[in-house]
Amino acid sequence: MGDACLHVRGLKRLHLGPLDIDLAAGEIVCLRGESGAGKTVLMRAIADLDPNEGTLQLETQPRETIAPPLWRRRVCYLPADSGWWAETVGEHFPDNDQTAPLLKRLRLPHDVLGWPVRRLSTGEKQRLALARVLLLAPTVMLLDEPTSGLDSTATEAAETEIRKHAENGGAVLFVSHDDAQARRLTRRILTLTDGRLCESAP
Amino acid sequence: MNFIELGYLDLALAASLILLNAVLSLVLGLKLEKRLLIAAFRTVVQLTLMGLVLKTLFALTSLFWTLVAAVVMILFAGYEASARLKQTFAGFWAYGLGTGSMLAAGLIVTAFALTTQIKPDPWYDPRYALPLLGMILGNTMTGISLGLNSLLGNAVRERIAIEARLALGHDIRAALGGIVREAMRTGLIPIINAMAAAGVVSLPGMMTGQILAGVPPVEAVKYQILIMFLIAGGTALGLLCAVYGSAWRLTDSRQRLRLDRLSTVKDE
Repeated sequence: MGDACLHVRGLKRLHLGPLDIDLAAGEIVCLRGESGAGKTVLMRAIADLDPNEGTLQLETQPRETIAPPLWRRRVCYLPADSGWWAETVGEHFPDNDQTAPLLKRLRLPHDVLGWPVRRLSTGEKQRLALARVLLLAPTVMLLDEPTSGLDSTATEAAETEIRKHAENGGAVLFVSHDDAQARRLTRRILTLTDGRLCESAP
Repeated sequence: MNFIELGYLDLALAASLILLNAVLSLVLGLKLEKRLLIAAFRTVVQLTLMGLVLKTLFALTSLFWTLVAAVVMILFAGYEASARLKQTFAGFWAYGLGTGSMLAAGLIVTAFALTTQIKPDPWYDPRYALPLLGMILGNTMTGISLGLNSLLGNAVRERIAIEARLALGHDIRAALGGIVREAMRTGLIPIINAMAAAGVVSLPGMMTGQILAGVPPVEAVKYQILIMFLIAGGTALGLLCAVYGSAWRLTDSRQRLRLDRLSTVKDE
């Protein structure tokens, strides 16, 4: 793939690999596999959150030449469990004029930024965590079950934002156990079994 | 200086209190009599040996042997500090970080006090150097083990929050900043409390000892104040080395959180 924005060659981590993956600009790819197959391990390795081997390139830039925080902002991983490090929701968000409209589109309460984190429901946490990633406008989004706890309205809102990200030229790799969602979002599925990837259509 | 020398009969009289304790334990069924007697016996043997070692060291007044004694004390303190940790690094680092920090803090602060404030002749006079080092080490050890327990425990507990920040492209310093500050605070609280309570709630042991030995109270107080400040300095220095050294060991050149380097946390 000539216009790939993320190249992964020979990625190895624990029982995974060596794996090759290419994600093109504007592409949404679903990553599947049984529990314990290593989907999270793979995404964490791509985001460089765990030691791993392999050659990774963002557009033409090798990973080693990009400072780790910058790599992770551009190849941004959204874990299945969201993490919170401050008291209020607002402290986790940049203070700019894109935040409020995005939260509204994700159907979050208008005053949610002023809430203490402990008041959030699981679904609210999940959408807020997705919003944090979207606001960084990364080149590649690695989403680990981004809509698993959401009702259908919230899921639809989240999917719309994910699609919009791809339309703006971003690439997305997401984990989902939902066939219908895979059909809605993507034409390409990667399945992880025994540390290997195989490709299929939904 | 005048002090009342104790005879062996005096000690034997005091030992009758230990026997009383043992009888009490028997009567009340506490089942502590054996442990109590062994502990009392260890006190006698260990302190007697220490007295003999100190007597020899004082007589020698040699820089080499004073340093040997200092290093042995530091190694024990390092072992003790790492033994108190619930969570620690795998391999050499478990022991190395605490001991290294104690070595730096103990030697620097003791040397500073000996050469600029107390100024015995020679400066390494073991009669001053070893008790000073002992007091600094004892407190620094507490501070370091409290600080590291906090740091490593929080690193495990707060993993999701720390990695959320890393995943969002925050610098590792920012991501670990909260738990590093918390660890420093936790380690420094005891000496701050001790300074705040000194003289009001507690009469520090060293000062009491000097007063018993006939030192005028005001002089003993001056020594105690000096010691408190040295302990505060030693704790801060040792804690700084141990906490920042551990934070450094918790991460790597790609700014990852490396909990796999802790001995009780298995790699996922």
